[in-house]
Amino acid sequence: MDNQILASTGDGNKIEVQDFSFYYGDFPALKSLNLSMKRNRITALIGPSGCGKSTFLRSLNRMNETIRNTRAEGVILLDGKNIYDPAVDVTELRQHVGMVFQRPNPFPQSIYDNVAFGPRVLGLAGGGSRLDQIVQESLEGAGLWHEVKHRLRTPALDLSPGQQQRVCIARTIAVKPEVILMDEPCSALDPVATLHIEDLMRRLAEQYTIVIVTHNMQQAARASHWTGFFWLGELIEFRQTGEIFRSPQEKLTEAYITGRRG
Amino acid sequence: MSDEPVRPKPYVGLFSQVSPSDRLRLRGIIDFVIERLIQFAGVSTIFIVGLIFFFLIREGLPAFLDIPLRQLFGGRWYPIDDFFGLWPLIVGSILVTVGAIVIAIPLGLTTAIYLGEFAPQWQREILKPLIEVLAGIPSIVLGFLGWVVLAPIVQRLGAPTGLTVFTGSLILAYMSLPTIISISEDALYAVPKEYRDGALAIGATQWQAVWRVVLPSARSGLVIAIMLGIGRAIGETMAVMMVTGNAANVPGLGLDMLFQPVRTMTATIAAEMGEVAQGSLHYSVLFAIGIVLFVITFGINSLAGRLMGTQAGRRRKENI
Repeated sequence: MDNQILASTGDGNKIEVQDFSFYYGDFPALKSLNLSMKRNRITALIGPSGCGKSTFLRSLNRMNETIRNTRAEGVILLDGKNIYDPAVDVTELRQHVGMVFQRPNPFPQSIYDNVAFGPRVLGLAGGGSRLDQIVQESLEGAGLWHEVKHRLRTPALDLSPGQQQRVCIARTIAVKPEVILMDEPCSALDPVATLHIEDLMRRLAEQYTIVIVTHNMQQAARASHWTGFFWLGELIEFRQTGEIFRSPQEKLTEAYITGRRG
Repeated sequence: MSDEPVRPKPYVGLFSQVSPSDRLRLRGIIDFVIERLIQFAGVSTIFIVGLIFFFLIREGLPAFLDIPLRQLFGGRWYPIDDFFGLWPLIVGSILVTVGAIVIAIPLGLTTAIYLGEFAPQWQREILKPLIEVLAGIPSIVLGFLGWVVLAPIVQRLGAPTGLTVFTGSLILAYMSLPTIISISEDALYAVPKEYRDGALAIGATQWQAVWRVVLPSARSGLVIAIMLGIGRAIGETMAVMMVTGNAANVPGLGLDMLFQPVRTMTATIAAEMGEVAQGSLHYSVLFAIGIVLFVITFGINSLAGRLMGTQAGRRRKENI
């Protein structure tokens, strides 16, 4: 697959955003954004609450459309194809662009059923051993297999929050997406579970393109390759993580980063 | 402006004139009194339920003692000739109730799903109050409607009379629909948005999200909704009395049993209570019917409790 070949080089844009704006009613939440995100890289989005970073993340799989009275303008290209094209099937898009939420949200069902949810609704596996295999691979991918392999039929909600979040990650990768969006995936977790998820992200980046929203500066600095700083719906600065934290070019970025650090 | 520092005004409450130690004691007394009042309210409710049950048993027990059980649960209800067979009444109640449930559950649940998950905001704003209005219609009015409008239609469909099981079921179904709809809609509403988002974000369609995630998550609430709807149906008297024909017969098996007149337990009590001599056998048989109804309702309630209990246990775990 040519995806894999490109992936190995690590450059090439997976997602390109061109002149993208987003409105809640008349309120512009995102103002004419332009950026591109590299394949097999972790891109972190930082900024104060309400700056639009989560809105932007949810624009990448069109989850914003579940909110009434919203409007998107501009173009977001996934592998060169505009995901806002009217011909695009949203459910298919979301299969390719998975999402992990702020609070772990496993369904109140067994661990197995959680992970098997996607393959089942999308008809990816006929059931039986093929499905078992997908569930195992996904749980392995999420680094959870050895902890839960003996209790796949127990409720996912009995797990710790960190484990629940990894169930959600397994559930997401079970449908073989290309991009994984993470909306503050660690904000509800303790520091140890957080480091677990960050390790996992680095491993997942070998196969997937990851975009993560975080409030935690250190997390962005530790775990991402690229960082974008949002302020009042605008993308103020978008550069390699090392550079943006070492020598931010914009006053706003510097104020935000240092303010948080101090 | 004075130079004096601004002092906060002293708190002037009910007991501000009382010395601190007295205030403490007073508070203790008030606490005690309130606690006892609440305790009294709670205990008295339980006590009265107990009394009602005792009363039912006392008045109805002679029926179980004086009439052989075989006859009591036999098929002939001719009180004038001293045939007190409850079977036709039990069958009548069950047929009408089951018929109502079969109509009301699919209608109620689909309406709730439509309202809660698919309907645009403006439709919801119109439909929800209308459903509450439906809940407010007195049952006798629905019975009237059944008598005047529905019964002729049923008869025209080919039934020997318009006053049948089916007519009663339909009226009862519409009577329990508002309960089922509004409680199940609340149950669906209580399902966290995160579950829906989680399903949608994987690529599920809206219907798949509802069917595979939202409905199972709302199960306990939906069970409550259905049980309360059934409770309303089985206990209903007046409307049913008006539209089921009140013939104490056991319809033969088959589809056409839905189009025969029956008499329910509640209707029997209501119709005959005024005519019996207090203390007579007929009188205690009517109370025996009350006991049977009580047992059935109690059974339904504890079944609901058990169905929900497992769910509640799981929910409690979720919160840890």
